[in-house]
Amino acid sequence: MEWDWSAVSDFMPHFWDGLLVTLQILVLGSLLSFVLGLVWALLMRVPSRWVTWPVGAVTEFVRNTPLLVQLFFLFYVLPEWNVTFSALTTGVVAIGLHYSTYTMQVYRAGIEAVPAGQWEAATALNLPVRRTWTAVVLPQAIRRVVPALGNYVISMLKDTPLLMAITVLEMLGEARLFSQQNFQFTEPLTVIGVAFIIVSYLASLALRALERRLAH
Amino acid sequence: MTSGLWELVLEGVWVTIQLLFFSSLLATAVSFVVGVARTHRLWIVRFLAGFYTEVFRGTSALVMIFWVFFVLPPAFGWQLVPMWAGTLALGLTYGAYGSEIVRGALGAVDPAQKEGGIALSFTPWQRMRLILLPQAVPEMIPPFSNLLIELLKGTALVSIMGMGDLAFSGNLVRLALQESAEIYTYVLLIYFVIAFLLTRVMRGLEKKLKTGVGKAPVREPDTELKRPETSNVGGAA
Repeated sequence: MEWDWSAVSDFMPHFWDGLLVTLQILVLGSLLSFVLGLVWALLMRVPSRWVTWPVGAVTEFVRNTPLLVQLFFLFYVLPEWNVTFSALTTGVVAIGLHYSTYTMQVYRAGIEAVPAGQWEAATALNLPVRRTWTAVVLPQAIRRVVPALGNYVISMLKDTPLLMAITVLEMLGEARLFSQQNFQFTEPLTVIGVAFIIVSYLASLALRALERRLAH
Repeated sequence: MTSGLWELVLEGVWVTIQLLFFSSLLATAVSFVVGVARTHRLWIVRFLAGFYTEVFRGTSALVMIFWVFFVLPPAFGWQLVPMWAGTLALGLTYGAYGSEIVRGALGAVDPAQKEGGIALSFTPWQRMRLILLPQAVPEMIPPFSNLLIELLKGTALVSIMGMGDLAFSGNLVRLALQESAEIYTYVLLIYFVIAFLLTRVMRGLEKKLKTGVGKAPVREPDTELKRPETSNVGGAA
C-alpha cells in the first residue's frame, strides 16, 4: 500500500466543504428531531386511542425501516406529488424525522421519570394543564433527557453519509467524487474515516462535560 | 407490478436475509470476544479491546463499507466477494456496539457471584463460562434485539455499493416502472415485517433464557435514560 500525501493535500479543500455540509445536516437534523420527538411524545399522552394509535404505529414503522429507503422515498416520491425540495432539505427532513422516532422514546422516559408528587402538587395548586406542562413537568423532564438526546446526535452524525445516496455532497460524497476524478481511493476515504472518529470523540467529550454540569 | 419484477424483489429479500444472517453471526462473535476482553486482568488487552470499540463505533458504517470495498483491495492485493465485504464491514462495526452490551451485562452481575467463584477456586475461564455468562446473557437479549434491528436497517447500505439487496432491487423496479411511490412503500413494508418477526423471535428467546435463571422478563420504563453512551447505532440506517 502506498500513501500519497499530495492526494491528501489536494483533497483537503473538498474535505472542509464536506465537513461544513455534514455539520449543517447534523445541526438542522438534530433541531428537527428534538422538536418533532417532543411533539410525538406529547401526542402519545393524549387520552384518546384515536390519537395514540396512529402516532404509535407510524413512529414504530419509521423506526424499524432503513433510513436509506426512507431517503429514496422522499427524494423520488415527493416530486411525483409535485412537492420539490433541494436534496439537502430532503435529507435533513428524512434524518430529522427518522431520529424523532428515537428522541420521542427518550422524552417519554423523561416525562415518566418525573415523580408523581410533582403532578399531584400541580393539581393541588390548581394549575391549569398547560402550566403544569410548561412550568412543572417539562423543565424537569428535559433536564433528565439531555444526555440521552446527545447520544442520538452522535448517532445522527454517523448517519449523515447516507445523504450521499441522494446526491448531497457531504464528507463521504466529496470523498467519492474526488476518488472517481483522480482514481485515488485510499487517501480521501481514510481522511474522512479519521475525521468521523475525531468529530464523534469530541462530541462525546462535550456531552460528558454537559452531563456533569447538569448533574450538579 | 408484473411477476418478473416481484421475482426481482424476492431475490433482493433473499440477499438481505443472507447478509443479515452472516453479519449478525460475525457481530455476535466480535461482541463476545471484545466484550470479554474488556474485562481482562491485563491492561494491554483491555486497552486494545477498548481501542477497537472506540474506532469502530466512532466511524460511520457506510464509510467503513466504502473502506472495505475500495481501500482494502489495492492495499492487500485481493478483493472480497461483495457478500463477504458487506458481512465484514457490518459485522465489525456492529460487533463494536455489541461489545459494549456484553461488557455492560458482565459488569452488572452481582460481584458476590464472582467472589464465590474465586472462593471455590474456579479458574478465570471457568468463572466466565459457568458463573458470569449464564447470568449475563439473558440480560443482553433486549439490547441485542435492538441492535439486530439496527443491523437489519444497516444492510440496506450495501445497495450503495451495487449489491443486489432489497433496497437495490427497489431502485431497479423504480427505474423499470418510472414510478416510485408503490415500490418504495412495498420495500419499506417488507423491511418492517422482517423487523417485526425478529423482535418477536428475540422476545421469545429472552423469555426462555430468563426462565432458565429463574427471572421474569421486565420492561423498565426508564431504560432509555440509562442507556450507555451511544448504545444506539449510528451509521446504520
